[in-house]
Amino acid sequence: MQTPVIKTEKLTKRFGDFIAAKELSFEVYPGEIFGFLGANGAGKTTAMRMLCGLSKPSSGTATIAGFDVYRSPNEIKKNIGYMSQKFSLHEDLTVMENIRFYGGIYGLSNEQLKTKSAELVELLGLQNETKKLVSELPLGWKQKLAFSVAVIHQPKIVFLDEPTGGVDPVTRRQFWDLIYDASDKGIAVFVTTHYMDEAEYCNRVSIMVDGNIEALDTPVNLKKQFSVNSMEEVFYQLARGAKRKAD
Amino acid sequence: MSALVLNNLSKTYTKGAVIAVDNFSLKVEKGELFGLIGPDGAGKTSIFRMLTTLLLPDGGSATVDGYDIVKDYKAIRNRVGYMPGKFSLYQDMTIEENLDFFATVFGTTVQENYELIKDIYVQIEPFKDRRAGKLSGGMKQKLALCCALIHKPTVLFLDEPTTGVDSVSRKEFWEMLKRLKEQGITIMVSTPYMDEATLCDRIALMQTGKILSIDTPQNIISAYPENLYAIKSNKMFKLLKDLRQYENTLSCFAFGEYLHLSLVNDTQTTLNELNEWLKNNEHLNIEIKKIEATIEDCFIKLLNTQNANTGN
Repeated sequence: MQTPVIKTEKLTKRFGDFIAAKELSFEVYPGEIFGFLGANGAGKTTAMRMLCGLSKPSSGTATIAGFDVYRSPNEIKKNIGYMSQKFSLHEDLTVMENIRFYGGIYGLSNEQLKTKSAELVELLGLQNETKKLVSELPLGWKQKLAFSVAVIHQPKIVFLDEPTGGVDPVTRRQFWDLIYDASDKGIAVFVTTHYMDEAEYCNRVSIMVDGNIEALDTPVNLKKQFSVNSMEEVFYQLARGAKRKAD
Repeated sequence: MSALVLNNLSKTYTKGAVIAVDNFSLKVEKGELFGLIGPDGAGKTSIFRMLTTLLLPDGGSATVDGYDIVKDYKAIRNRVGYMPGKFSLYQDMTIEENLDFFATVFGTTVQENYELIKDIYVQIEPFKDRRAGKLSGGMKQKLALCCALIHKPTVLFLDEPTTGVDSVSRKEFWEMLKRLKEQGITIMVSTPYMDEATLCDRIALMQTGKILSIDTPQNIISAYPENLYAIKSNKMFKLLKDLRQYENTLSCFAFGEYLHLSLVNDTQTTLNELNEWLKNNEHLNIEIKKIEATIEDCFIKLLNTQNANTGN
């Protein structure tokens, strides 16, 4: 059995009396595409912030990329990738400047930066756009670039927070090709989405309701368990009963 | 008279460098639920802002309830309701204060049109003393809808009301729209979620300021030019890569649990050959079935055709 890149046990976050995330226990393995679903307000963001070393848990344990969330949150930050729909790239820097900036932040040497950025530009077919401001790129390209810089330091795991929101269906699928590629290279992918067809692309899916993980399995098994034909219906059955409604 | 008439409506930004809306023409009839379906950058918000008289067009013309969007902007502002994509109510006023405020601005009262918003308002009424800024996403959305409705508009504009909202709340929202439509209000709504398209009477599929297609969802689906197959095996990513290389593949893309596939030379023989070919390529548990296209399939087809034509 491989060593998990995420291992949590009873991971909990309280804000005063409010339990935002309650006793989350799960593991994510190298190369696994792990879908992290939940209704608005279910506690996904809180959980993700703890896993990224941005928020200290109230109780429970978690090891991310081999580092303990309490003792080494900064090591976690260095060893994970993160991309969200909202703020990933600097719009007023060029494509190349963004690649250098993120490579630098993640501690790549000048030598590594050179090879990596050349590789990346070629992989994305951005040879003619390296001097363009990111704000001039179409959204789909921005997202692919954002993903590529998020894994520029070859992390063991990358967190993707609704990476495909508002993107056209063709670009959305191209984005998933990148996810599959990363997974093929052994990078674990932890992804949230509101598109239920994308839940089907994950190896395993967890669904949070009111701070708890209510279901965690492969899409096939989840559909069997709930006797339905789609992940949409699985989600609906679970989230319909949610008491919390927040962002 | 149509509720909305757009004639070659155009809008550009940064001195013409960015074409946000490119010669848009369409009509929406009274009482119709019309959907603008497209990703970010399709031009949806620019259209809403022109029709609600918040933005001047660069070319073409449009009328709302027969009123011109440039000349008669005052009349239009009194008649339409607009829920922008970004939450735009007063964050430091309570639910009740916001609603009262909007009613007063339009010279009416909450009591006068309460029937119209009742279904929606009762869900947030228990929190009416809470400030709008402190509300959850779903509650903000309901309050914004109430405020857009309180002066009994003839046309309601909703800009991506369900973006970032989970699928349960999305379903609830569309139920609300259906009930509003039954009261005779014309609704123009935009969404990036293709699956919501079928809930509209008619839709415009849009991309980068252009209309790809306008029709009823059913007609758009029926016009899908090829047979479409849902296909799966025990190795889905390999299947996708293999089928992209396969000689008889016309198009193939991931679609939830299955891939969707169209074939060149679509005959029973081709299908049998495909099956054999997949077996020879180490695929097990192969399932192939003919299916009806969804709006998302149609959108992908239209995008690919467009890209092929423009050489992208």
